[in-house]
Amino acid sequence: MSDAVALAPRAAKLNLGGWWIAPPLIVLALLFLYPLALIARAALMDDSGALNFAAAFDVLNSRAFLSALLNTAEIALASTLGCVVLGLTLGLILAFAPFPGAGLVARIIDTFIALPTFLVTLAFTFLYGSAGILNGALTSSLGLDHPPVDFLYTAWGVILAEVTVYTPFVLRPLLAAFSLVDRSQIEVASLLGARPLRIVRQVILPAALPAIVAGGSLCLLLTVNEFGIVLFIGAKGVITLPLLIYSKAIQESDYQGACAIAIVNVALSLALFSLYRFAARRLGA
Amino acid sequence: MTVSAAVSRSAVAAAAKATAGSGVTFDQVSVAYRGAVVLKPLTMAVAAGEILAMIGPSGSGKTTALRAVAGFVRPASGRILISGTDVTNLPPYERGLAMVVQNYALFPHMRVSENVAFGLNARGAAKDLIAQRVEESLRIVGMSQYSRRFPRELSGGQQQRVAIARALAVRPRVLLLDEPLSALDAQIRRSMVEEIARLHADLPDLTILYVTHDQSEALTLADRIAILKDGELSAIGRTGELYRRPPNRFAAEFLGRANLLPAVVAGNAEKSGFVAVRVGEANVVVAGDDHPVGAERLLCVRPQNLTLTGDDERSNRIEAEPREIHWQGELTHLVAQIGQSVLRVVATRLPNPPARGEKLAFFFSPADANLIVEDARV
Repeated sequence: MSDAVALAPRAAKLNLGGWWIAPPLIVLALLFLYPLALIARAALMDDSGALNFAAAFDVLNSRAFLSALLNTAEIALASTLGCVVLGLTLGLILAFAPFPGAGLVARIIDTFIALPTFLVTLAFTFLYGSAGILNGALTSSLGLDHPPVDFLYTAWGVILAEVTVYTPFVLRPLLAAFSLVDRSQIEVASLLGARPLRIVRQVILPAALPAIVAGGSLCLLLTVNEFGIVLFIGAKGVITLPLLIYSKAIQESDYQGACAIAIVNVALSLALFSLYRFAARRLGA
Repeated sequence: MTVSAAVSRSAVAAAAKATAGSGVTFDQVSVAYRGAVVLKPLTMAVAAGEILAMIGPSGSGKTTALRAVAGFVRPASGRILISGTDVTNLPPYERGLAMVVQNYALFPHMRVSENVAFGLNARGAAKDLIAQRVEESLRIVGMSQYSRRFPRELSGGQQQRVAIARALAVRPRVLLLDEPLSALDAQIRRSMVEEIARLHADLPDLTILYVTHDQSEALTLADRIAILKDGELSAIGRTGELYRRPPNRFAAEFLGRANLLPAVVAGNAEKSGFVAVRVGEANVVVAGDDHPVGAERLLCVRPQNLTLTGDDERSNRIEAEPREIHWQGELTHLVAQIGQSVLRVVATRLPNPPARGEKLAFFFSPADANLIVEDARV
């Protein structure tokens, strides 16, 4: 080190000896860790305050939980796949085959991020519901007695709504990644004899892979925890983990069971969040 | 290591045999972006096996012309023919060309060998042919030992060699080079120019369209040079001829440095193909035909063709007053005043530096000077 550095006036700086970390830690503990600890306590202790794993074990072994877990995984995976496929298709068109107004379309899709999720579901009931526009048009034009389109009140309705709501979460990082793809790589590949599909597969997608993983894992995280859409659609037999927690706690007053399921839900969310962070770091790099 | 040092003679022979070049014809090709014309109707032909350099300042239309050949831009009018076949409406992947660009455009997630194999895979070549061509192309550019590396593990010069190998591997009908050396530093650029020249000597049938803003690259490599200005062909000719006898002011000043002195045609000289002209108070003889007596022209003579001593060959003599002398190591640049014009002289030796204000005689050969018609459009 040079003398100049030693002689330089010291910047005015409070020396708190590491105590500065205390306030944010306290806030974090109060707002996040304490409620989580309460959930864990409620799940694993009985009314007398003794550790009791039996109740939690029973809930996690129940048919209702396993069915909800399976439903959650199926719906989240299908929705994420739908988001990735739709996001990729839209992203490729918007980035590489732009048309007049493509920027406006991208911004409109972006605004979906700002909308409450149940609004889309509400719109879907007007469109595809049993008394919706589509069924109304079909029954009157084909002279049918019953509405022919009834997918909305099944798992497919939930998946379609989630794909509509969460596709922008995949599209946004994809458009950012596509904007960084060197156009001359695409041109050189094309001149070397590669047709558009090969260019997408071998040049564009490898460059956008971290964005796909980041957007996809964020989608997975959000769809695993989606509550509003599932509740609003009210599809028969479609119970996911958040909905099961809700019904256990609010409808059955089984707080211990609700908390046991919540722990699984939190663990699942944290794992997916870690995956998202990892992919986002790769994307940033 | 140089490319030629690493070249296997058999690989080159095989590649040379297979790289039967094709001619390129621009037939009234114009390009417009959103109504603005960036390339005015261009007509010129590139012969098979020829290196044609397109040079010009930014916005001159040289890259646009190259991109039209590649199929990246659609001409607003005119046709592009390769080997006599109209390719104007063909997509790039059906044109049978290859391109090397300024930033190399290697695929970062592929190893060197995979990059070189890319075009062959895209064209559905058989596996053993791909392996053979990849090996052969990497050998030609001296990069065989780097085949397992990723592009990020290579220097700029090495990446550009891989880009050239990738282009050669598909045996292109025409190789398009778009400012291929601009991203390299001066020293590597010089050696790469020599290597490309050797490469073409080894593959004489390969037609190359070379876009550059660097006149020295064009002068070193090109059989012919096309100079573009404001989206228009300003001059085209064989490299030596274009340099020695530029047809207009822009060609004279863009391709090297030139002295352009106002001159008046005095009459035909004794020797055919030469005319007598008057420059200020001096009577000189320069190359030229069909210039009417009394016509005002510009006399073009390169700074390095002026000397301080005359002889039988350098029979023209003009006088000028030195203003500045810049010693630059191997060369001395001398700036002198002749009438209202500036005369630049490049001398390898200047034994007795002239005193300021003292008039000096400069000599040049009639064959080293020509007349230019002043035309504001070119």
